[in-house]
Amino acid sequence: MSDTILATRNLQKSFGALKATDNVSIDLRAGEIHAIIGPNGAGKSTLIGQISGGLKSDAGQVHLMGRDVTALATEARAKAGLGRTFQISALAMEDTVLENVLLGAIGATGGGWRFLRGVSGDRDLNARAMEALARVGLAAAKDTRCADLSHGQRRQLEVAVALTLQPKAFVMDEPMAGLGAEGSKAMTGFLDGLRSEAPILLVEHDMDAVFALADRISVLVYGRIIASGNVDEIRASAEVREAYLGESV
Amino acid sequence: MSSILIIEQVLNGLQFGVMLFLMAAGLTLIFGVMGLINLAHGSLYMVGAFAAAWVAGATGSFLLALVAALAAAAAAGALVEIVVIRRLYKAAHLDQVLATFALILIFSEGTRWVFGSFPLFLDIPDYLSGPVTLPGGIQYPFYRLVLIGIGFAVALGLWWLTAKTRIGIQIRAGENDREMIAALGVDISKLYTLVFALGAALAGLAGALVGAIQSVQVGMGEPVLILAFVVIVIGGIGSIRGAFIGALLVGLTDTLGGVFLPELFKLFMETTTATQTGSALASMAVYILMSIVLIWRPSGLFGARA
Amino acid sequence: MIGERHVNLAVLAGLVIVPLWALWADEIFTITLTTRAVILALAAVGLNIALGIGGMVSFGHAVFFGLGGYAMGILAFHAQSYTPLQFGPLSLAGTKSMQVIWLVAMVTSALAAWVIGLLSLRTTGVYFIMITLAFGQMFFYFAISWGSYGGEDGLSIYVRNGFPGLNTLVPIQFFWLCLVALCVALVVQWRLRTSPFGLTLNAVRQTPQRVETVGLNPRKHKLVAFVISGAITGLAGALFADLNRFVSPTMFSWQLSGELIILIIIGGVGRLMGPVIGAAIFVALEHWLGGLTDFWHIWLGVILICIVLFGRGGVIGLLTGKEGPHV
Repeated sequence: MSDTILATRNLQKSFGALKATDNVSIDLRAGEIHAIIGPNGAGKSTLIGQISGGLKSDAGQVHLMGRDVTALATEARAKAGLGRTFQISALAMEDTVLENVLLGAIGATGGGWRFLRGVSGDRDLNARAMEALARVGLAAAKDTRCADLSHGQRRQLEVAVALTLQPKAFVMDEPMAGLGAEGSKAMTGFLDGLRSEAPILLVEHDMDAVFALADRISVLVYGRIIASGNVDEIRASAEVREAYLGESV
Repeated sequence: MSSILIIEQVLNGLQFGVMLFLMAAGLTLIFGVMGLINLAHGSLYMVGAFAAAWVAGATGSFLLALVAALAAAAAAGALVEIVVIRRLYKAAHLDQVLATFALILIFSEGTRWVFGSFPLFLDIPDYLSGPVTLPGGIQYPFYRLVLIGIGFAVALGLWWLTAKTRIGIQIRAGENDREMIAALGVDISKLYTLVFALGAALAGLAGALVGAIQSVQVGMGEPVLILAFVVIVIGGIGSIRGAFIGALLVGLTDTLGGVFLPELFKLFMETTTATQTGSALASMAVYILMSIVLIWRPSGLFGARA
Repeated sequence: MIGERHVNLAVLAGLVIVPLWALWADEIFTITLTTRAVILALAAVGLNIALGIGGMVSFGHAVFFGLGGYAMGILAFHAQSYTPLQFGPLSLAGTKSMQVIWLVAMVTSALAAWVIGLLSLRTTGVYFIMITLAFGQMFFYFAISWGSYGGEDGLSIYVRNGFPGLNTLVPIQFFWLCLVALCVALVVQWRLRTSPFGLTLNAVRQTPQRVETVGLNPRKHKLVAFVISGAITGLAGALFADLNRFVSPTMFSWQLSGELIILIIIGGVGRLMGPVIGAAIFVALEHWLGGLTDFWHIWLGVILICIVLFGRGGVIGLLTGKEGPHV
């Protein structure tokens, strides 16, 4: 399909005898939010690792903007336009909010090979960083040390760092995790607006958010996509009911 | 070059290797179970050697000296574990390095204070000294053969301990999940003290055994310690089997390199340059070996985690 | 609590006032001690870039210190013995010129840091510590077994090397030269820390996977930092050799690598002036405790254990009440 931004083809990864992902093929099209759901241990984190480049796949390919990026390292995939957020915050906890976002701006503007000019004097970097902070509503907290942020603010900061990259596609690992009802609602509203800029592959446990946001949902169980479709189709799917309810009973 | 010389040097390499193994086994066990990098392990080697030399001097009994080495090193290890080390298990590696570096300073200067700066001597007892004739007519020092035997025996014993005994199962479980085995009612801090004392005792034993063929002096532990690090980097940190293979590799490389590299260079260089280049290169051989292993396998031959 | 900036200024002022006082009181030995502290501080500034900002716990920085020392020793040895330095067919003259020696020391150390870094940075954590330690030993034993330049006994240089416009034989003039070198290194460290490179490196220490996902390569940044770090420590080695007019394999020893780490910890990891304060305190301890007892290392050991167990952030952390970076 011509408007496919990010696609995986038959991705596979085993850890010993365990097949963490098995023949996973998904598409992310322009303008959409595609949610990946599944019970714990279904292989969601593995899939994200394979897409973002942290995990090497045993088989299969990842395509970004029609280009095969399977052989590329994480940083090259980021340069090619993949913006990823982490489930457990991978922020520089000792640094300020602004410094964390500046890192993204540095990555987006030609990298860290500038040695002698201070970051604080660089207008372009600071403008990019502040813009991203303003969009997630963290501008006022720019000088707060990351370690002093609330859990919800860290989620916002995760998203802000990805925003500075102006990626072609977002891959978000549980951006709602640990947010209260209020925070979850605000994040949902924000992601809703973000999809027109770049599509989002959303791995999420918060089903309210998923059902409110997703254009399409794929269900991952034991490393396999067992169902894929829009919200109503997934709600009606017998396989999904079995996988979830069969699991929990 | 005669085959006798080669066999002799291989035996020397094995002997050096198994002594390195005694050091490396403790280090790798302590790192594998407690996640601690212990620079002071060389000090425990020294403690063992001094205890042995002192007891041998006082009683004349080599066997008592070995017992004293084991006991002194184990006691010193347990004491240090209780006073300092156990506060470091969750600390950053930098803190562990510094605190155990500080322990080296204390041990070394303390020993110098008690025993003075002059080396002590520990004699090989009569019943272990002298050469024996090996098949093929090779004369080889009996004591060195005994060392090789002890090394292999300890390796077997450690394998048995970790694979077959209750305590070994607890040790291996502690490697994977300390909360879980604590929940099962194992006294984890006692277990850690025990493992640390066991590693210390092995180091002390090595110190005493080697002390009988070299002089016993302050600072004798650190060169061995660093080679033991090379061993466990090659073998893979946390793996006893890796430590054994790594120790033999390092022992053989170091010994054979020192003898044969200068000879090798003499084939195409004039004698003095060849000796110098050869011995300089030989002194670096084990580190070159380590680099090669690392390029090939960054977490060592049998290592799981980097 | 005192602001870190005030602490920094006080330390710099101390580095000017103490030798001036010593000059006035004719305490030449104090000038030599201060020079020693300044040179060790320079070496530790180098290490601080790798360790404090980049989080690389290098236990082998004595390699660069020693290479700097031997760069001085070998060049000056050939100059004083009027023998050429042979590189295969290439024949070079030795030199007594400090600028040339410094350049050679820095380039050699940087090259060594590049090769060692390339190999060691394939690993992290404990492996990195052990491997850098092992590389240190490799150079140590090489220096011992390489007889042409003194082997175990080292090399003595009869007259201190020269610098245009200065009489380096006068202790205070050599001191000013070392102080300027230290200040330049401090400025480099400061600019580096506040630059995009430094911000990236600081993030690599804390969260390498984040750095990757914004399109930056953690290992390359570490490698470059390691090379810069090595070059600065190499320069310190050349000055140290010139201070003593002597080089020996002990400059490569693992104890020296350990002491450089200690300096940084005492002062405060990753702080601008941490290495300087640490070096000053270390040299003072060495002098005073060493004068009180032959076994001053015992007390150094006890102090260190206390710092590790109770005093995070070193002296600067204590004075400013801020803990500082974690490595």
